[in-house]
Amino acid sequence: MAITLKINGTPHEVDVDGDIPLLWVLRDVLGMTGTKFGCGQALCGACTVHLDGQPVRSCQTPVDSVGDSAITTIEAIGKTPQGAALQKVWLELEVVQCGYCQSGQIMSAAALLKDTPKPTDDDIDAAMSGNVCRCGTYQRIRAAIKHAAGV
Amino acid sequence: MDELVLKEQIADETEMSRRAFLQGTGLLLGFALTGASTESVFAAPASQVVENEVTGAFAPNGFIRINPTGAVTLVIPMIEMGQGVYTSLSMLLAEELEVKLDQIQVQHAPPNHALYVNSIIGIQNTGGSASVRAFWTPLRQAGAVGRNLLIAAAAKRWNVDPATCRAKDGVVFDASGSKHLRYGELAKAAAKLPVPPAANVKLKDPKDFTLIGTRAKRVDSSIKVDGRALYGIDTRLPGMKVAAVAISPVLGGKAKTVDEKAALAVKGVRQVVNIDETVAVVADHTGAAKKGLEAAAITWDDGPNGKVSNADIVKQLEEESKKPGAVARNVGDVGKALAEAAQRVDAIYQVPFLAHAAMEPMNCTVHLQKDRCDIWVGTQAPTITQSQVAELTGLPKDAIKIHNHLIGGGFGRRLEADGTILAVKIAKHVDGPVKVIWSREEDIQHDMYRPYYLDRLSAGLDAAGKPVAWTHRIAGSSVMARYYPPYVKDGLDPDAIEAAAEPPYALPNIHVDFVRVEPRGVRTSWWRGVGPTHNVFVVESFIDELAHAAKQDPVAYRKGLLGHNPRALAVLLLAAEKAGWGSPLPARHGCGISVQFAYGSYTSQVAEVEVAADGSVKVKRIVCAIDCGMYVNPDTIEAQVQGGTLFGLTAALHGSITFKDGRVEQSNFDSYLPMRIDEVPVVETHLIRNAEAPGGIGEAPTAIVSAAVTNAIFAATGKRLRSLPIDMDSLKSSS
Repeated sequence: MAITLKINGTPHEVDVDGDIPLLWVLRDVLGMTGTKFGCGQALCGACTVHLDGQPVRSCQTPVDSVGDSAITTIEAIGKTPQGAALQKVWLELEVVQCGYCQSGQIMSAAALLKDTPKPTDDDIDAAMSGNVCRCGTYQRIRAAIKHAAGV
Repeated sequence: MDELVLKEQIADETEMSRRAFLQGTGLLLGFALTGASTESVFAAPASQVVENEVTGAFAPNGFIRINPTGAVTLVIPMIEMGQGVYTSLSMLLAEELEVKLDQIQVQHAPPNHALYVNSIIGIQNTGGSASVRAFWTPLRQAGAVGRNLLIAAAAKRWNVDPATCRAKDGVVFDASGSKHLRYGELAKAAAKLPVPPAANVKLKDPKDFTLIGTRAKRVDSSIKVDGRALYGIDTRLPGMKVAAVAISPVLGGKAKTVDEKAALAVKGVRQVVNIDETVAVVADHTGAAKKGLEAAAITWDDGPNGKVSNADIVKQLEEESKKPGAVARNVGDVGKALAEAAQRVDAIYQVPFLAHAAMEPMNCTVHLQKDRCDIWVGTQAPTITQSQVAELTGLPKDAIKIHNHLIGGGFGRRLEADGTILAVKIAKHVDGPVKVIWSREEDIQHDMYRPYYLDRLSAGLDAAGKPVAWTHRIAGSSVMARYYPPYVKDGLDPDAIEAAAEPPYALPNIHVDFVRVEPRGVRTSWWRGVGPTHNVFVVESFIDELAHAAKQDPVAYRKGLLGHNPRALAVLLLAAEKAGWGSPLPARHGCGISVQFAYGSYTSQVAEVEVAADGSVKVKRIVCAIDCGMYVNPDTIEAQVQGGTLFGLTAALHGSITFKDGRVEQSNFDSYLPMRIDEVPVVETHLIRNAEAPGGIGEAPTAIVSAAVTNAIFAATGKRLRSLPIDMDSLKSSS
């Protein structure tokens, strides 16, 4: 079935079964590979995108459930004030190692700062504990979020 | 892999390279670039994959390419998987080549043992915490050769003595500074000059380094914060299909029934490939492939390993470890010393199978054609991969093109070519390129696991509590015997006994041996930290047991045994001091320490833990002192200490792969638990600066952390943990 998706401000029409996860439409059908596959079960957060500004796990989001919601991915998060601020401090504090989970980390952190501009440690734990990093960059992720938020 | 194949490969490449070298650098360049493609399939941001051949280049050795536009390329022999080698190896080259770090692009080296071997490992492998150690000298020499030739080319053009010229930031200046020529302008002329032997060029005195030793920014960060970074899994090719796979849940089993019709009825599914051990559903996109795989409702014939269980594996280790093994070390007379000791301590330690669970699941893209096979994958072992694919396809090795990629976490998993071999077997049945993607469940359940080890130790203490006898028997799988048999002599696996054969302490009578026990139905392999990750837990726990038996403080006891080992003593004392060792702590809080020499580096860690009444363990703080000799980038070292510590701590707290009915019982991140941001401690790094030879860093903190934590748990609770992962039920407060 033909489905129209609004991604990073641009409409895209795709012809896939409605129960196909948004993740594979982004990555394989549309070639937007910045959003990563990690677990397929919403357990690791690598595939996090925003639907109308809210973080969702695209590996567990059927494409026909998206409707008219605006999809934002890592490729465009830098155009939001939170995304831009986070990308900047991510570089300043040298957060990344292998980098594979970092798209999802930044997407979760951007959603956190949008709703909670001055997060506490508990806020960071709550918002970020769904995002797994096997390189162990958590200490720098926490510092970078605080730095971006000015707390 | 086949021992013969590897030997032949090394012999072949050595011979090819020798011939290439004899015929001059032009051929050397051509040979070096045989694995690079001219397709411009990938966007290639700076410092990522540079797949286009650099033509007309100045290429004085395997590492440097400078073209007339001035672009400087490092053909990088090691792969980036987070550990920072894009940056550290570029820094080594830039320091001597006299270019700025941001002037360098990196291009992955093709498989070529002679040009790109890691001299510490003996294979062109990224592993063993060996990249900086192996390339510390070769890359600086390569840079110095390049700089000398570019300066010589400029001096020739100006008709002046090269000794009067100097180079800086990719420009050669004459003595007055009034004339200058950029490297790009000199590339063609420099390429015509005879290349001096690398060993003859003078290298900078380390005190004159301007880049090495600084907190230079990582060169791969910017592409990793906005989705531009391309990993193997991101490969996209014209006409490419995607395959989802189901591998037999039991090693050696095969598919019994496959509902191909149901799979093919799914929109987007093109083909079902059944190669017995694995069923692949090939489709237009991964979503359709996975849906088709589910529809195929595969049933399996388990084959001979359907009864394999952890209980049987452990029982076998218990029995086999009663017999003597290959002797790793024998000094003094342990039997006599043990018999005459004032006190005897005995213990059995066990560590579990562990999966790698890197964030990027296993994947590989293959385009198999009649006369060539292109492979897009992130691999830590390009030459081994090339050889194994050549063997499988019957194609010559130079027809196997490896397009290496950034790896989304390696941890040793990508030292194995099994994922590529499986993809090639599937590609044999597919017309055009196919990307094979494993699910997370397949990734965890068909890993090649860190071996389960069982260790038996005995020690004798004299009246003052000093260890006068030490015996240690290690029983478990030998990864080396399968992976690289020439390194195993008389049954002794040098990896399995590393950091056990030579503990840092004064032990006048010591006997260490290794019993190889291969578990049936389980594949074992390298896991971050390899031998020391298991052995340091055992040795550092046991020395803590001896300190307790001697009624001495764990730091003071170790100090008393390290008088002959000043670098180990220095890290011990630094970690203890920075952690505030000996400060009073609340009830059920404790500090533990561990010390190690491995990967050429000295490390000590103090862990501070709190054990709740319900037995749950909170690691509050880790203090790490490290002496890795001369270092390249202290910020990378701190990042590796933070990350490496968490990798080992995750395993200590949560990591265990178990088998029942031949199947792995864990499947995803809800049953093989990663640490998450809400449970990680602060990790502090204290780096000792000296002029010793560079040591490795990627694995040192992984190997050392578990003993520091279990020793801290002992201090907090009096409960000695002799197996991992930590059994929190055993730590419940009785009060």
